[in-house]
Amino acid sequence: MQHVFDAELIRSTFRLATPLILAALGGVLSERSGVVNIALEGMMLAGAFFGMLGSYWTGNPWVGVTLGMAVGGLLGLIHAALTQRMKLNHIVSGVALNIFALGLTTYLLRRIFQHAGGSPPVNGLPQWGLGPADRLPIIGGLLGGQNPLFYISIVLVIGTSFLLFRTPAGLRIRAAGEHPEAAAAVGIRVRAVRYLAVVGSGVLGGLAGVYLSLGQLNMFAEGMSGGRGFIALAAVIFGKWTPFGAAGAALFFGFFDALQMRLQGQTIAGLTIPSEFMLMLPYALTIIALAGFVGRAVAPAALGREDS
Amino acid sequence: MIRRIIGAALSPLAALAAAFVMASVVIAVSGESPWQSFGAMFGGAFGSGPAVGETLVKAIPLAISGLAVALGLRTGLFNIGVEGQLLMGALAAASLGFAVELPAAIHIPLCLAAGIAGGALWGFLPGLLKAKRGVHEVITTIMLNYIAFYLTHYLVTNQLKDVHTMAPQTPEIHATARLAHIVESGGLHWGLLIAVLCVAGFAFLMSRSVTGYELKTVGLGPEAARAAGISVPGTIVLAMMLSGALAGMAGAVEVMGVHYKFYDQFSPGYGFDSIAVALLGGNTAIGTALSAVLFGALRNGAVSMQLATDTPKEIVTLIQAIVIVFAGVRFFGALKAGVGCWVFGDRAPQHQAPNTEHRKRDT
Amino acid sequence: MDAAPAVEMRRITKRFPGVVANDRVDFSARWCELHALIGENGAGKTTLMNVLYGLLHADSGEILVSGRQVHISTSRDAIGLGIGMVHQQFMLVPAFTALENIILGAEPVKLGRTDYRLAERKVRDTCDRFQLHVDLHAKVADLSVSSEQKVEILKALYRDARILILDEPTSVLSPQEAESLFKMLRRLTSEGMCVILISHKLHEVMAYSDRVTVLRQGRSVACMETASTDPEELSRLMVGAETGVLAAEEGAVSPGSGAPVLVVRDLSVKDDGGAPGRIVSPLSFEVHAREILGIAGVDGNGQRELVEALVGLRRAAGSASLDGREFLGMSVRQRLGLGLAYVPEDRRLALVPEYSIQDNAILGLHRERAFARHGVLNATAARANASDLIERFDVRAVGPGMPARFLSGGNQQKLVLGRALCGNPRLLIACQPTRGLDVSAAAEIHRRLLETRDRSGGILLVSYDLDEIFALSDRILVMFRGEIAGILSREEATRENVGALMTGAAR
Repeated sequence: MQHVFDAELIRSTFRLATPLILAALGGVLSERSGVVNIALEGMMLAGAFFGMLGSYWTGNPWVGVTLGMAVGGLLGLIHAALTQRMKLNHIVSGVALNIFALGLTTYLLRRIFQHAGGSPPVNGLPQWGLGPADRLPIIGGLLGGQNPLFYISIVLVIGTSFLLFRTPAGLRIRAAGEHPEAAAAVGIRVRAVRYLAVVGSGVLGGLAGVYLSLGQLNMFAEGMSGGRGFIALAAVIFGKWTPFGAAGAALFFGFFDALQMRLQGQTIAGLTIPSEFMLMLPYALTIIALAGFVGRAVAPAALGREDS
Repeated sequence: MIRRIIGAALSPLAALAAAFVMASVVIAVSGESPWQSFGAMFGGAFGSGPAVGETLVKAIPLAISGLAVALGLRTGLFNIGVEGQLLMGALAAASLGFAVELPAAIHIPLCLAAGIAGGALWGFLPGLLKAKRGVHEVITTIMLNYIAFYLTHYLVTNQLKDVHTMAPQTPEIHATARLAHIVESGGLHWGLLIAVLCVAGFAFLMSRSVTGYELKTVGLGPEAARAAGISVPGTIVLAMMLSGALAGMAGAVEVMGVHYKFYDQFSPGYGFDSIAVALLGGNTAIGTALSAVLFGALRNGAVSMQLATDTPKEIVTLIQAIVIVFAGVRFFGALKAGVGCWVFGDRAPQHQAPNTEHRKRDT
Repeated sequence: MDAAPAVEMRRITKRFPGVVANDRVDFSARWCELHALIGENGAGKTTLMNVLYGLLHADSGEILVSGRQVHISTSRDAIGLGIGMVHQQFMLVPAFTALENIILGAEPVKLGRTDYRLAERKVRDTCDRFQLHVDLHAKVADLSVSSEQKVEILKALYRDARILILDEPTSVLSPQEAESLFKMLRRLTSEGMCVILISHKLHEVMAYSDRVTVLRQGRSVACMETASTDPEELSRLMVGAETGVLAAEEGAVSPGSGAPVLVVRDLSVKDDGGAPGRIVSPLSFEVHAREILGIAGVDGNGQRELVEALVGLRRAAGSASLDGREFLGMSVRQRLGLGLAYVPEDRRLALVPEYSIQDNAILGLHRERAFARHGVLNATAARANASDLIERFDVRAVGPGMPARFLSGGNQQKLVLGRALCGNPRLLIACQPTRGLDVSAAAEIHRRLLETRDRSGGILLVSYDLDEIFALSDRILVMFRGEIAGILSREEATRENVGALMTGAAR
């Protein structure tokens, strides 16, 4: 077992956690403003598809990144409109958007590429070393060789935390999620704040999805988000709705995902663990994490309320 | 303002119409003719006797699993785990179906019971977590969907696999466990009766029984339920188990009436269809039934549509999503607006400022 | 000081579906004046002020501030004009500190981040100037009610409000706290501010206001100098008839004969948040048959938790028995079966708005043999029960099938009370039974409670409204900080000594 826990595992963890971190940041933003965002899964899937499409059309992965973010943001706009304007239940809206994203991406996949299952390979994102820092003994080995979105995600975690807790905008977002009437009473436009937060969460979700298609596989496969959007939501809860907490929880889930991949085919005490059980691990872990965690009390007080 | 207009004008038909219009736009934009596409779809769904039969066959699991979702929603719970519960129920029923051979009069109810138990078990855990820990059931049920998928996949490629083939599937269930066909041609089977019984049972439960009363109360007013002596945690667990049981039953009926075995990925996504079915049907018994027939038609017809035109059958998924949105607005909006059959002239509620005192401790 | 009035509202009309909340209302208030706006619940006072503060848009009419016509479309506009409002239901974010709440929406910024140091300095200046002191770094959730109110007022003053609106500020305060609030308000008016006070408490209005405007059913019916009027005239203008109901009713003082129905010994409730100490310290008291024991006290001194413990919604230690039967270990359902009935403070705990009257009428009773057999509900019995209830308690409804949400507040309360009295309960626990009701509905509820008292069981009444306590109680138990500050009979009790007990001053 010794050779399982090595630097490669850490690098794997970062790779697998990055989409979760990005999506979880989106979840934190949205839920802090009072809007439950179950649609992260759909936003990720759409981001993955349109990211791939952008790269396919232009050969430039960064165009794909932009397109993926834009579509994610668009889905966020729809979610915001449905929940705020049409007063649709947040969960129903999220479920509908997820189904919509699944249907749309699969539909377009078949229409445009004619075969079910996957797109042809496209230009993915480059790998970035850390330059001279690559040669540093520990950090170079652990952090080097990730694609740019990983580094962007670190910056975003810090940025989101700064936004939420040190700026007026962040205070207002949190007020919208804790007590929207109080916010309205001092002249804050709660609806606008929520729109911005939810669109922002859509952009982040789309970015997370882009990572899946352009950062890891360089292609799009049907349904490739694989439930990660929901795991990201669990990371939000586990991380107590804070950017650093959610990122930490995402790393935690990513670690076990990396571990599971490593352990496939390995024997523990002479027994081969079937791959299916390894694959189940992230999902089971999510349930265990949520069950063991007595933290619902710290959710934003007005989260999910439809009458505000 | 817009919400008001939509809320008032919407009936399920309107929701559906809107969905079709939007889907037509998508089809047209991708270069096909919506008219041709939907024409092929409806031809495929209702164009002949066997077609109607096939539509009904598809409607059966949709109706039962739609009821599962509806029951959850009436209790205020979002059971997105129907897909997983259905798989577990199907596998349980299939296992009992091939493992033993008993007289049909016993075998069939036994297999159905296994299906119910499998689904109920899968619904129990999210219910328990919600009741005891306040964990939102949406995430736990979705996680269990994935777990069920992998678990059944594993079992059906290993322990429960039919040794005579390479395919990941169980052996065929014995003839005594199968639901016979109602008419000779076409695939319509006696699962139809089971579906009808489920619909009737659901209606009775919700409108006439004490349990249904408590389920609805917990859904509409959990604080009032608690103050009235209703055990809210207990009701939540019960609702999730009943919901899972119905989903498991749907899986069992599919295995026993259509496939006669459990094979990997036999479910074309009934779990997600059922959400749309329930919402479109307003979470009522009859509504869900009719809605199930409609979605059965859509799914059945979509295959013909894909053959006749170049429109992929995923268009139905898009329609589904739009239907959920419009039906959702109606259901939850109607809930809030209290759209009853009463006309109130001067009985309209007085506008009163909210007047809650909040909990405080004098320091 | 301007010669023009601070605020003038002309022919303001505001409609909601089915009701005209403000009907061509004229209102004006001057600088250096404490102006009272009075009327029954539902008369339109809060609506009018919400229009002034920009939370609502009037359908027609105009608003002038300092003689200039203005257009107020959001509360931001109102704040910009120097108008501040302290709502009846505090608009504070419990999870934020007092400081954060005060600066929310008007945060000082430095290089993109909130400058908390500057903010604190500015707020402290405001505190000193107006003599209002509060722990700025405490979370609002941990503050007392009167401190919360101070935070609300500071919010307005921090934004340089010159016109301050307060909506029923004393409904959550003890008499002594109310007095110090009014002293502070008078200080503000002497500094030149205009204070508008929404109230239905005539003794306060008479004691502290300069002028008073009366609203009735959406119309302004009078505006006069306070000195030139009296409570009787005001109540007549408010209600539109000679009722004399507003003067504190003297409930029939009955000896409360009979054996104790409820015996509570050393009952205590722990804080479920984990904080040390108890919300309700071990206390003991009794309620006798044919008596109303009124629990008085400022909101937040343990009354709610005590009631929840008695009903079964909260765990408690100690002992409580009904007719000799110990019930603290029983579930809610079992206690209801024992003869305990509950009229909750929050109507959300009593009714399901989407249910019909019929379905609401059996809530809590739905497993009784009268209404259900073998798990099946008996719809006929339920309907008959509902019809009976509607008739006996004069619930204005079209029929038993009508959804409860379409009943007015008063009728909903009558329904809840009627259901509670359905099984001739041994002990009725009623909390804030007339909250939000207009005077005539409240009087009806009071009458029914007194009737019930005269019949057989005992009534435990919890109210934050001293007038109500005095109107109904045979004995008064005052709670302070989770303990019994004192138990007085109706004859011994006066507003002064009860008020002193309520604030712990008598220790």
